Amino acid sequence: MGTAEPRRQVRLSTKPSFDDLAALRLGDVVFLDGLLYTGREGVYMRALEEKQPLPLDLPAESAANFHCAPAAVEHADGSIEMGAVTATASFRFSKWIEPWLRLSGAQLIVGKGGMSPEDYRTKFVPHGAVYLTTVGYGTGALLGRGIKTVKGVYWRKELGLAQAMWVIEAENMGPFLVASDCDGNCLFERENAKISAGLKAVYEGTKPAVLKRFGETDDRSDELI
Amino acid sequence: MIPIESIQITAERLMAKAAIEIPEDYLAGIEQAAASEEGDLSSFVLRAMLENYRAAKEDRRAMCGDTGCPRWYVKMGNETRIAGGPVALEEALRCATAKATAEIPLRPNRVHPLWRTDHDNNVGIGAPEIEYGFEPGGSWIDLITVHKGGLFGTDYRMLFPADGIPGIKRFFLDSLVAFGKRGLACQPAIVGIGLGGSKDTCMVLGKRAACLRVVGDRNPDPKIAALEEELTELGNSIGMGAMGFVGSSMVIDSHIEVGYCHTGGMQMSVHAFCLSSRRACARIYADGRVEERTDPQWFTDYQRRESVRWELPNPGVKSA
Repeated sequence: MGTAEPRRQVRLSTKPSFDDLAALRLGDVVFLDGLLYTGREGVYMRALEEKQPLPLDLPAESAANFHCAPAAVEHADGSIEMGAVTATASFRFSKWIEPWLRLSGAQLIVGKGGMSPEDYRTKFVPHGAVYLTTVGYGTGALLGRGIKTVKGVYWRKELGLAQAMWVIEAENMGPFLVASDCDGNCLFERENAKISAGLKAVYEGTKPAVLKRFGETDDRSDELI
Repeated sequence: MIPIESIQITAERLMAKAAIEIPEDYLAGIEQAAASEEGDLSSFVLRAMLENYRAAKEDRRAMCGDTGCPRWYVKMGNETRIAGGPVALEEALRCATAKATAEIPLRPNRVHPLWRTDHDNNVGIGAPEIEYGFEPGGSWIDLITVHKGGLFGTDYRMLFPADGIPGIKRFFLDSLVAFGKRGLACQPAIVGIGLGGSKDTCMVLGKRAACLRVVGDRNPDPKIAALEEELTELGNSIGMGAMGFVGSSMVIDSHIEVGYCHTGGMQMSVHAFCLSSRRACARIYADGRVEERTDPQWFTDYQRRESVRWELPNPGVKSA
């Protein structure tokens, strides 16, 4: 299989120390231990816009926010079964992330595809947070194996199963990849830069479409032909 | 007469199979990609996916936590009769979708677009979609479920004859590059391309090309088949791989489906299936036999017919 060397692997607490985070390098493979909670647009709107008090003590209980909605079901006896878990694309939550980092004290944002380099530099770094991306996407079954127990679900009625705040006890849960580090470096930006260098050659022999679309011109008064 | 219970039980089994078991043709494609991928991060991702497929099967757990949007393709022979008729059929498929969502479990993804109402069962207004096809001869019913990812990797553009093949290649590249960054399209994927029809049918053709044809299948038109192979190679030459990392694995296979279009236009749609290409199918016969398979065999000569009439099959004779 390819020629890849094994990547550096790290076990990380969901309440990491400063030194733990400072040691992370872009592309490290991370496995998590401890409590993490799901939170996405529903949780952000309820906590930040509707100013509802948080249902758990953050970051004392967990400093790891997972952009995820699990495949879970509540049985008639009240027990919860969680099957696969996969992250959802994080860039959509940019507008809430700074106030959320401030409110929750989260140090690990776990999701799909990372956030913008600007978000890392101006929001993550000042709050001492890093971004971990899921792999694939997505390794739902592998991540599901890393769930030791489901500790609880909050705002279930208000937000529905998918948007509720699930609290999960993770044990060796992974793999995740370090996509931003303590200095705000961005794994995806680094990779994009390498790929972009070769794009001109790939497009050679093609030509722009006969009918343009807005976005291919920035002036909305332009004709598209 | 096909009993409705058989349809619902089979549909429930297919929901689980699609969610848990990666189809063999796509698995073989990913194994091949993993064997040749030189990008170290992309290679790591592909190996993690192969491990994930094994874990899903061993644990009987869904491969991916994002269920996508479960939908149904139903095909019937000309003589097929269903107990209770088409309304009972649709009820059985809706029941099976809801039941499987709780039992597997799958993520209840489907919500009202404005009010975000969630029935927690992947059933609602227009959900799951149920689409139909028919074949001359036969009294069987094919049930095909596809759980396609919902948000990224699909685009449409009105091209014109003047755009030609270079225009097709450019829009194909645009779609892969745009949605491939950060791996939003969950590549490497089977990519379906719809050409022609009208805007809606172009989208339908491209989606079906991605979801209802298996890796290695070629369009019967030899020139279209050659273009399929060319597009696969082009996609894999971008320099990008899984998750948008440096690599050479973007496209496991390309499938093109065409429909006759307006004389002045050449509509094009691009659809990327994903790393958990969830599809499962079964044929239920009038005598109650059920045969499961992973190849939907949707695009038959009849589905692609271009003549005014279709001669009903005589022994050994089939004509277009």
